[in-house]
Amino acid sequence: MDGFSKSIGGGGPNVPAGSHPAGGSQAAAGGGATQRTQYPYVTGTSVIALKYKDGVIMACDTGASYGSTLRYKSVERIKAVGKHSIIGASGEYSDFQEILRYLDELTLSDHMWDDGNSLGPKEIHSYLTRVMYNRRNKFDPLWNSLVIGGVKKGPKGDEKYLGMVNMIGTHFEENHVATGFGNHLAIPILRAEWHEDMTFEEAVKLVEKCLLVLLYRDRSSINKFQIAKITTEGSTIYPPYSLKTYWGFTHFENPAQGAVGSW
Amino acid sequence: MSRRGDWVYENNGGTCVAIAGADYCVVAADTRLSVGYSILTRDHSKICDLADKCVLASSGFQGDIKALHKNLAARELLYQHQHNKRMSCPAMAQLLSNTLYYKRFFPYYAFNVLGGLDSEGKGCVFTYDAVGSYERTGYSAQGTGSTLIMPVLDNQLKSPSPLLLPARDAVTPLSESEAIDLVKDVFASATERDIYTGDKLEIVVINKAGTKREYIELRKD
Repeated sequence: MDGFSKSIGGGGPNVPAGSHPAGGSQAAAGGGATQRTQYPYVTGTSVIALKYKDGVIMACDTGASYGSTLRYKSVERIKAVGKHSIIGASGEYSDFQEILRYLDELTLSDHMWDDGNSLGPKEIHSYLTRVMYNRRNKFDPLWNSLVIGGVKKGPKGDEKYLGMVNMIGTHFEENHVATGFGNHLAIPILRAEWHEDMTFEEAVKLVEKCLLVLLYRDRSSINKFQIAKITTEGSTIYPPYSLKTYWGFTHFENPAQGAVGSW
Repeated sequence: MSRRGDWVYENNGGTCVAIAGADYCVVAADTRLSVGYSILTRDHSKICDLADKCVLASSGFQGDIKALHKNLAARELLYQHQHNKRMSCPAMAQLLSNTLYYKRFFPYYAFNVLGGLDSEGKGCVFTYDAVGSYERTGYSAQGTGSTLIMPVLDNQLKSPSPLLLPARDAVTPLSESEAIDLVKDVFASATERDIYTGDKLEIVVINKAGTKREYIELRKD
């Protein structure tokens, strides 16, 4: 199994030796429950999001990698959920699709109550936290880091919400979040430059600044991004676009210039 | 060598402290949530008000901590419905121990300190390990900064040694404001040397009048 994917796929995910990617289960020490664990295969990289004046803005690239191969280049990793939220995911793409199916069921039941109430981002976040944590407890995780953002009317008026949950159920709420490499590269920028009540244009500029850094420094990111926003009016997922990059540094022109050696 | 179950836990860091006085209890924890060498958020509470005279602070893996807090809060509500009164701190102490031991073979990665007033109105602190072993003490610290803080509390609280015979009452003779100042001091010290402790300190004081909350800034580096 391993050899097959490595030779044909030309660099599929590096599954450690001695493991079974498909149907590998063993009886656990106590209770007879099957223990299953996974490795991610087709993965999306960072998602970044921040609150701004009218709601929440979220962005990520449209790539999905299969190990070190850039397998899919037009993947939508941000989706709308109900009327009040958007969700973005990094990690295993098929698990994100599974999560979207769970959310479909959830929003359908919510709609069927027909009680004038609809699930807000806080409720979706809470639900997903429980789903992720419970899957982790069964050693069968959904290998994702999820970002949930939205706006819903609350007792104090329109309340913006932005939260994150990872594959083992660690969750929190913040004014700006990022998954994966974004945690290391984008969050420092957001912490320095985010402020309360940014306009949409300011928020997009800040997001693009982060996306550019990620493009330069994260090898699994691609130059094709999607920005999504959620406001009281509803959600909008903009069509994909690219950022201008600059590679004309003198040191890039002749990188081996200063290197001593015979090769 | 990576093991199959390696990914199920992570340590989100942080420190919790509780000090019991003659008629008060102070429970405090920092608000930093970390993973690896990153800070996820500077504003995350580790404290859960379980009953009017009972407060739990936990440090460790946040997913487990939140699940544990939810579990106990639900059980306390059930108790209220069944007994028409809130759970006492010693009762919650036993419940927490049982809840932790229930998952003895897949533990809650949570290091807990339970603080509050007992049925006589005296301050009580219960300290736990991850699988439910507990004892009632006069003060305790748990979490990444606990090794830095415990020796200072041992030195400063003027509590009788737990090794004395006959056993003496463990609560500190310090006043409420002195205990709060001590808590602020130990956290400031722990913040200096423990990378996982810092940002903000949440202090909860429980006494006859009720529960009071205070927030103090800590170093953010």
